[in-house]
Amino acid sequence: MKPKNKKIDYSKWGYLFILPFFVSFFIFSLIPLVDTIRYSFFEYYRSGIKEIGPNFIGLENYISLLGSDMLKYAGNTMILWIIGFIPQIVIALLLAEWFVDARLKIHGTQFFKVVIYLPNLIMASAFAMLFFTMFSTNGPINSILLSMGLTGKPIDFLGSVLGTRSLVGLMNFLMWFGNTTIMLMAAIMGISPDVFEAAELDGCNSVQRFFFITLPQIRPILAYTLITSIIGGLQMFDVPQILTNGQGTPDRTSMTLIMFLNSHLKSKNYGMAGALSVYLFVVSGILCFVVYRMTNNDDPDGSKAAAKKAKKQRRG
Amino acid sequence: MKSKNPNHLRSIFAHVLLIILSFMCLFFFYILFINATRSHADLQKGFSALPGGYLLQNLKNVANDGTFPMFRGILNSLIVFGCSAAICTYFSSLTAYGLYAYNFKLKKAAFTFIMAILVMPTQVTAMGFLRLVTNMGMYDSLLPLIIPSIASPAVFYFMYSYLQSSLPMSLIEAARIDGSGEFKTFNRIVIPIMKPAIAVQAIFTFVGSWNNYFVPALVIQSKDKMTVPILIATLRGADYMNFDMGKIYTMILVAIVPIILVYLFLSKYIIAGVTLGGVKE
Amino acid sequence: MKKRVVCMLLAAFLALGALAGCGTGKDAGSSADSSAEEGKVINIYSWNDEFRERVEAVYPEVKETSKDGTVTTLKDGTEIHWIVNPNQDGVYQQKLDEALMKQADAAADDKVDIFLSETDYVNKYTDAEANAAMPLSELGIDPEKDLADQYSFTKVTASDVDGVQRASTWQCCPGLLVYRRDIAKDVFGTDDPEKVGEKVKDWETMKATAAELQAKGYFAFSSYADTFRLYGNSISESWVSPGESVIKVDQKIMDWVNDSKEWLDAGYLDKNIKGQWNDDWNKAMGSASKVFAFLFPAWGIDFTLKPNWDGDEGVWAVTNPPQEYNWGGSYVHACTGTDNPKHVKDIILAVTVDKDNLLKISKEYLDFTNTQSGMQEAAKDDKGYASDFLGGQNAFSYFAPVAENIEIAPLSAYDQGCVELIQNSFNDYFQGNVDFEKAKANFETAIKERYPDITEIQWPQ
Repeated sequence: MKPKNKKIDYSKWGYLFILPFFVSFFIFSLIPLVDTIRYSFFEYYRSGIKEIGPNFIGLENYISLLGSDMLKYAGNTMILWIIGFIPQIVIALLLAEWFVDARLKIHGTQFFKVVIYLPNLIMASAFAMLFFTMFSTNGPINSILLSMGLTGKPIDFLGSVLGTRSLVGLMNFLMWFGNTTIMLMAAIMGISPDVFEAAELDGCNSVQRFFFITLPQIRPILAYTLITSIIGGLQMFDVPQILTNGQGTPDRTSMTLIMFLNSHLKSKNYGMAGALSVYLFVVSGILCFVVYRMTNNDDPDGSKAAAKKAKKQRRG
Repeated sequence: MKSKNPNHLRSIFAHVLLIILSFMCLFFFYILFINATRSHADLQKGFSALPGGYLLQNLKNVANDGTFPMFRGILNSLIVFGCSAAICTYFSSLTAYGLYAYNFKLKKAAFTFIMAILVMPTQVTAMGFLRLVTNMGMYDSLLPLIIPSIASPAVFYFMYSYLQSSLPMSLIEAARIDGSGEFKTFNRIVIPIMKPAIAVQAIFTFVGSWNNYFVPALVIQSKDKMTVPILIATLRGADYMNFDMGKIYTMILVAIVPIILVYLFLSKYIIAGVTLGGVKE
Repeated sequence: MKKRVVCMLLAAFLALGALAGCGTGKDAGSSADSSAEEGKVINIYSWNDEFRERVEAVYPEVKETSKDGTVTTLKDGTEIHWIVNPNQDGVYQQKLDEALMKQADAAADDKVDIFLSETDYVNKYTDAEANAAMPLSELGIDPEKDLADQYSFTKVTASDVDGVQRASTWQCCPGLLVYRRDIAKDVFGTDDPEKVGEKVKDWETMKATAAELQAKGYFAFSSYADTFRLYGNSISESWVSPGESVIKVDQKIMDWVNDSKEWLDAGYLDKNIKGQWNDDWNKAMGSASKVFAFLFPAWGIDFTLKPNWDGDEGVWAVTNPPQEYNWGGSYVHACTGTDNPKHVKDIILAVTVDKDNLLKISKEYLDFTNTQSGMQEAAKDDKGYASDFLGGQNAFSYFAPVAENIEIAPLSAYDQGCVELIQNSFNDYFQGNVDFEKAKANFETAIKERYPDITEIQWPQ
């Protein structure tokens, strides 16, 4: 089979197929990106309606960012992301497993599947608005808590660090857990039923089956979920922005990196925003590389070994 | 089969958790609905668990407000984001297939490159993007909202992962032996196999762009081209002169109804597609 | 194949170079060609329909407006194109700024002819150096003579550092104290505006009154943000002096901080209401609320208080505020480079100067308009201007004296950010989340983010 394959050169099809992607990318992303990077070395902003710069200032933007609270915001972003992501992935894995497990006989699966995805459909801004109303000091949640006697006086959710962060986490969880569930479910259903049958015959219980068969098999999709979630987390913006009116209150503890970037963009400080973007870009690149390595490290199905072999063959 | 009891317990636990989660999810829609049925004055009085009778009036207010062409906006959104979802999933599949099925010199470089740009936050390039679009004469047009979705690294990555797990190379070899052209193979054999993945991503893309405010707000200027999120922002930004919370909630409700319909329609298709069981041997 | 990629890269970088080349076309064109013929399209930038409605109401040349409100046709066939962008998130200013940057190169019918600005950022557009707004004199309007009947503080506000007036407004927004009659009766035994006015005539008296209200379980005002305008309007020096890059926080602002903290801790203000324009604040205007008074100009009473009030008419009344202040106002600018100078002049004169038109606007839209003599007449005309919402009171008789006494604070182009951020930063301090020094530091961080050219912040003492 292999030698035959080598005779016809299909590689031009490969180039052809990926061409539209790259053309579109070069035009609509790379040019703006290079633009951004270029300006990161300039002093370039607007004062009122007067444009200042661009004056080349080398690495000054980068240095002054290091001196700012950027690292604190990075920490905030990470905390907010983790508060939302941990429950999200745990619940999503559980649900996905349950939904495909015929033995559980879950009633109305169709209904539940549809419902858990619903929060993702509503605009983050509208969702944040609703949350803001519900958790305000004289909102419905507080009146319920008061009437049940759980609290003596209204709780100022958005006035405390813990309250604000938990609300952001809760919203991110609610908005994304359905999405993750559906994705993981698709992955689990893609596993050949033979594997499960074999496991059944070998006397696997559901916990074993989950950890030894399901998890390793859906590794690529898990990696995908993790990576997209990290990216999403790094880009977290609308929810805390609207919940805290763009201020990251209280005391800037819910200010995320993109909110920080946004405030530079708002003041049309292209230079500083450019430098911050480059930092963001580098950090997210490193993070994803690490995750990608971690999840693809061991090689349960031998695909990597095969890839290596193929590579060798290509070379030699 | 043998362990009925633990399964039974697990089943109860599963149901309880699902009901709690569903309640949390639906609660917000319920609040939204309730608020949309009440007038601004009612809303000021505080929260109520029962709907009011003001929905029709609110709807009328939304529909008759010439300055906020809501239905035109919904149509625009449908066009733009329908197209985005279609070309995004198609071209991402094409790219994923191109990188998966063929060996060529730059393959590894191309893959690494896409993975690298996967992490690029959209906000990073927004200002440059606007400048570019303006210089290309596409400012205030719907095209710059559609075309760039050809290059969606995240969708590509999903498609690639899916291909890895469900497209055996032998199938392509077989098609080649049958004399099928490469492009035809992709359209006739690969696309049908990828249907579930395409459906899932089509929804995600559609929802993602339906709710996208950032880029459209930069690019779109004229009223008749505005999409739903811009209109809602416009309404909310219309300060004290048009301050009517009932109307705002109704508008949000109107804005999410079409997307829920699309979702309900596609969700059946996904689940059916997934349960068809792929192409494993 | 490799060649193709290289080609593409090359093309991409070439395109980049081209982009970089055309990024800097700034420099707005010189003043209008008075000799040339008038253009066929008048482009007006604003953030809502307020100005359009007033133009339709009083500009005699208006024939009709399209149903969606985007185009108004004049009798001579000229079209007004309304370009409306929301104020929210600064979208309006962003779009306007883009258009102003392109003004010099734009085709005649795409040029901005008129744009509006608010008091908070009017100074950004009247800047002499940027020259985005034309001096009114270049249009043929003589501010000394033609605008003599306008309130002088609106003219100062609309002028650049050299005193050249570059905008005009139909509206001026003196603020009053609006209070609940039922609470006044309960606490003071009277709801008479004169007597209540005595109890709130200055800050010292106001504080004693607040204690009285608090003893009966009422709040004097809803939130610390309510009183900000009164202090902020009376600063002695602008936030940033012209040509400098240092923010000088005025002692008056620190007074606001200290008083607000004191009032809040004493329970004179409702701790649960954080700032304005949010749900809690709206609810504080409802009948279930314990808040005694709000500080509002005319528009605030009609468009904010009234829609949020769910009780009977006639429960509210107005009286003098503890300190004269102005809140809001939309300024009309003629844009440099306009191709319709004649129409622009006519519109500005019709909407912001003509006394009959202004009185008509006062009647129809309840604005306190920019005509001293007209407003004095309105103040005396209790029959024509009585408000049912205020229990038959003629609010104009209270507005007029305030308007005459307003000393507008010296403005700078940085006001919008300073006002917004100082309130936000000290919110944490009021709520007890951070100490005073940290709140100051947070303000410094935030303001430098907003205005990159700010190098230093000076606090009083």
